[in-house]
Amino acid sequence: MTSYNDAFRDIPGTVVFDATQSRLGYHLNQFCMSLMKAENRRAFKVDERAYLERFPMSAEQRQAVLDRDYNRMLSLGGNIYFLAKIGATDGFSFQNLASKMTGVTEDEYRAMMVAGGRSAKGNRSIADPSR
Amino acid sequence: MARIIAGVTTSHVPAIGAALDLGKTADPYWQPLFAGYEFSKRWIAEQKPDVVVLVYNDHASAFSLELIPTFAIGCAESFAPADEGWGPRPVPIVQGHPELAWHIAQSTILDEFDMTIVNRMDVDHGLTVPLSLMFGQPAAWPCKVIPLAVNVVQYPPPTGNRCYNLGKAIRKAVASYPEDLKVMVWGTGGMSHQLQGPRAGLINREFDTKFLDRLTSDPEGLAKIPHVDYVREAGSEGIELVMWLIMRGALAKDTREVYRFYHVPASNTAVGHLILEDT
Repeated sequence: MTSYNDAFRDIPGTVVFDATQSRLGYHLNQFCMSLMKAENRRAFKVDERAYLERFPMSAEQRQAVLDRDYNRMLSLGGNIYFLAKIGATDGFSFQNLASKMTGVTEDEYRAMMVAGGRSAKGNRSIADPSR
Repeated sequence: MARIIAGVTTSHVPAIGAALDLGKTADPYWQPLFAGYEFSKRWIAEQKPDVVVLVYNDHASAFSLELIPTFAIGCAESFAPADEGWGPRPVPIVQGHPELAWHIAQSTILDEFDMTIVNRMDVDHGLTVPLSLMFGQPAAWPCKVIPLAVNVVQYPPPTGNRCYNLGKAIRKAVASYPEDLKVMVWGTGGMSHQLQGPRAGLINREFDTKFLDRLTSDPEGLAKIPHVDYVREAGSEGIELVMWLIMRGALAKDTREVYRFYHVPASNTAVGHLILEDT
């Protein structure tokens, strides 16, 4: 399994949701899952800190949620499909979240996609950026 | 006897569902995408399938991290659209075909595929967006649907080869079902897209085009692509393409491409769509 999992680490800007990430992020992701229910979305919006206390997450994970720092949440075990439920609760689309994670405005991100998206060339390998 | 009459693949981008539900299909951004499905809507109205085995992935809607089945087959009478954080999509309840679903479950398990049997499950955009693209906005879906959910969220997902072979086992199961039914198998998700991290927005038209070509010309070779190549070439969510191989395995060795559509972008994603029939 080591070589299987390690092979993904050469891919830039990407966190693969493997066993390590899943264990790290279990409670963070289950918090996100709770936002599937309208009553929980309301409770979260009323007092985010108090709501997050219901889940045995790390202080870093809670802070990353409060900051809406999606790249940080990914590194702390969050999975994008779970994290998107925070975005939905805030009223944001996947495209809005993607713009946040790539550090551009939503308009800039949308324009990049309309122009054909981010090229694979130069984005395939950390070891060989020319690929 | 039941028989498989065709295979369909399509992306299942949630924003497509939102565009439909909010009446934006004529917007300049969305019009070319929906135009790409006009042929398919006419085609399927003529084909009139009785049942669609709809291969898709759940996006943390029915399955959280509490339970992560690799292959889960929906055997219920019906499946409600899931609330994905915005409220459920305003689309019809999906009617299942419990008898055929149980038959496929039994047959594939005895063929050594360890299916998870699901008797209660809400279905998210992964399942309902393909139905909307192919059937539009009817008051009720015009056929029964057997949801087949594949884990592509938690690594490792099943290999492409495993998916391809599951498709073959589904073909065998359908062929041994006594009732005269017209069955389609749909593979959904993809094509190239990445939703997460600094590399979000990756699109690889060259990879996608070869993938579309090889589904007809070289499915056995295509089934051998390792996971790392999907992620590297087609983005982290491009891994969904393994599900298309279940559709392909369910068709005959030789197939012909009836229709192809490819469009960039729908939100973050390259949309690919094929109709394949046995030759």
